[in-house]
Amino acid sequence: MTRRIALRIVVYAVLIVLSIFYLLPIYLMLITGFKPFNQVDLKTMWNLPTTGLHIANFIAGYKQLAPNLMNSLTMVIPEAILSSCLGSLNGYLLSKWRFRGSDAIFSLILFGMFIPYQSILIPLVKFMYAIKLYGDIPGLVLVHIIYGIPITTLIFRNYYAGIGTEVLEAGRIDGASLGGVYRHIILPLSAPGFAVVIIWQFTQAWNEFLFAVILTNQSHWPVTVALNNLAGSQLVQWNVLMAATLLAALPTLLVYIFLGRFFLRGLMAGALKG
Amino acid sequence: MYRKFQLRVPQLILAIALMILGLITIYNLSRTELVTFGKDFTSIGLLVGGLIFYIGVLIIFSMFQNETILSIAILFPSMVAVAIFVYGFIGWSVRVSLSQWKGLRPDYTWVGLKQYIDLFDHDPRFMIDVRNTGMFTVLFIIGCLIIGLGLAILLEQKPKGETIFRGIFLFPMSISFIASGVVWGWLMNPSTGSHLTGINLIFHFMHLDFLINKWFTTAQPWGMAFTVIPAVWQLSGFTMALYLGGIRSISDDLREAARVDGASEFQIYRYIIMPMLQPVTLSAVIILGHMSLKIFDLIVALGKQDIRLDVPGIYMWTTTFSANNYAQGAAIGILMLVSVAILVIPYLVQSMRSEIKL
Repeated sequence: MTRRIALRIVVYAVLIVLSIFYLLPIYLMLITGFKPFNQVDLKTMWNLPTTGLHIANFIAGYKQLAPNLMNSLTMVIPEAILSSCLGSLNGYLLSKWRFRGSDAIFSLILFGMFIPYQSILIPLVKFMYAIKLYGDIPGLVLVHIIYGIPITTLIFRNYYAGIGTEVLEAGRIDGASLGGVYRHIILPLSAPGFAVVIIWQFTQAWNEFLFAVILTNQSHWPVTVALNNLAGSQLVQWNVLMAATLLAALPTLLVYIFLGRFFLRGLMAGALKG
Repeated sequence: MYRKFQLRVPQLILAIALMILGLITIYNLSRTELVTFGKDFTSIGLLVGGLIFYIGVLIIFSMFQNETILSIAILFPSMVAVAIFVYGFIGWSVRVSLSQWKGLRPDYTWVGLKQYIDLFDHDPRFMIDVRNTGMFTVLFIIGCLIIGLGLAILLEQKPKGETIFRGIFLFPMSISFIASGVVWGWLMNPSTGSHLTGINLIFHFMHLDFLINKWFTTAQPWGMAFTVIPAVWQLSGFTMALYLGGIRSISDDLREAARVDGASEFQIYRYIIMPMLQPVTLSAVIILGHMSLKIFDLIVALGKQDIRLDVPGIYMWTTTFSANNYAQGAAIGILMLVSVAILVIPYLVQSMRSEIKL
């Protein structure tokens, strides 16, 4: 019995120590952000703010990143919505209307999810120049939608695979066609699938760096590029940088805190195990 | 009576109207430019015009009572997009990598495998990249697997506040590599002496001064090992989630039977659960491995392009877009692709096969 209790204590001790390690960066960003400017010192970086909470750092950080946060938002919203619609259609057809070769097509599409984007970067840049979508947000949205096709198709395909064929058979007997089955049977059942995909694409596009830094010019930089630039500049105080980093990470962090369930499902679909 | 083609007049009119609308859009946009909200939407407008036209085509297709044709027709735009943007562009990159294109003007003069031979033969920077990627991949995968499995087993003991713990271990996954690199850059501040700060300062408070180190500025090759810490921080929770899913799918009956036979908890894990988790470990290795072979943004944010922490992704980026050495950049990109493909393709083939059998 004592052994059991000892084991239990060890479990909790390890979990708590690891939790502290995992929360360390968030703790640092929060306390630094809430300190007044005159209390910021690398020597006391771990101390709690002593004279109440100040938000001067967050305001300064926001001033640095405001246009870029806006850029990210205008990119991410249409991207997430459009690519989820596309993924839903593709997933529906590839799971419920299989034809000879449809699995091969699916595998070929899926491979696009794994490629290092460095291997297509040069043609992509030249192509975006040629169609005049280089440098601005619409081009970046298009690129994210296209390279999002594999993962959105995969998540929806796995999701629809869980809907029994009996429902579809019944629909077909009632005379519904391919479009009719989608509209009247599949779409009303799709809300959780859409939630997963929209959240997944939102997080991915918000956090993405390579396409953003290559395909946009400075006035259209999304927040990741601007943050990286801020971190490399000598002009910005580290306390402002910490506050700015928290602001840049906040949208996806909030999505995770409030909708983590769906986020996790997207993650698992990425592991091909629906 | 079964009819191959069912003419429905309202749909036909709609289809023709859409096709005309699409054509008009394309025609007008190809002559003028569409600029709204200060952005050039011409190409997007052309794309939308094309899609409107295509929806018209799809409506006509839907009148043929053949679902396969309709299905392929709906998939067609995605298939074309992937065919061009993935396979077409890979082919184009391969061609660039076999050329001597250096400078802003494209130069497709064929030089065979010269770029690849140069990289492996006498490019010290690329050798550093290969070594760094190798070290990063091995340590990153081992770190994530050990911590992930450990956390999964701990949470499997059903401690109080299990969901809170799970949330804490998973949240770093939602943060960008850039943000994580920036914060960890400050946590792993290498300053010593009176400028001691970051985690080193914590070690000092705890009288663990012997642990104070220079983190990723340690002499190479070991400096690279420290860049794994933020990566493990971000993805060990994901590995934990994979293992938790695996453990939970093992039926309780099996464990109960082992308990009845007198097996200890440790033996149950050693002889029943661990062997059954092998497929999970395999997927985790593939997914983590392909991420670490591509690792880019984290190192950019952490290492600030310090050559000692260079990886192929960064080399490709700078040689192409700063030095305009397109041919070399393409060669590095293709080598990255090959390394990922070796890891991923057998896995993809395997999972497609097993799925089709079901």
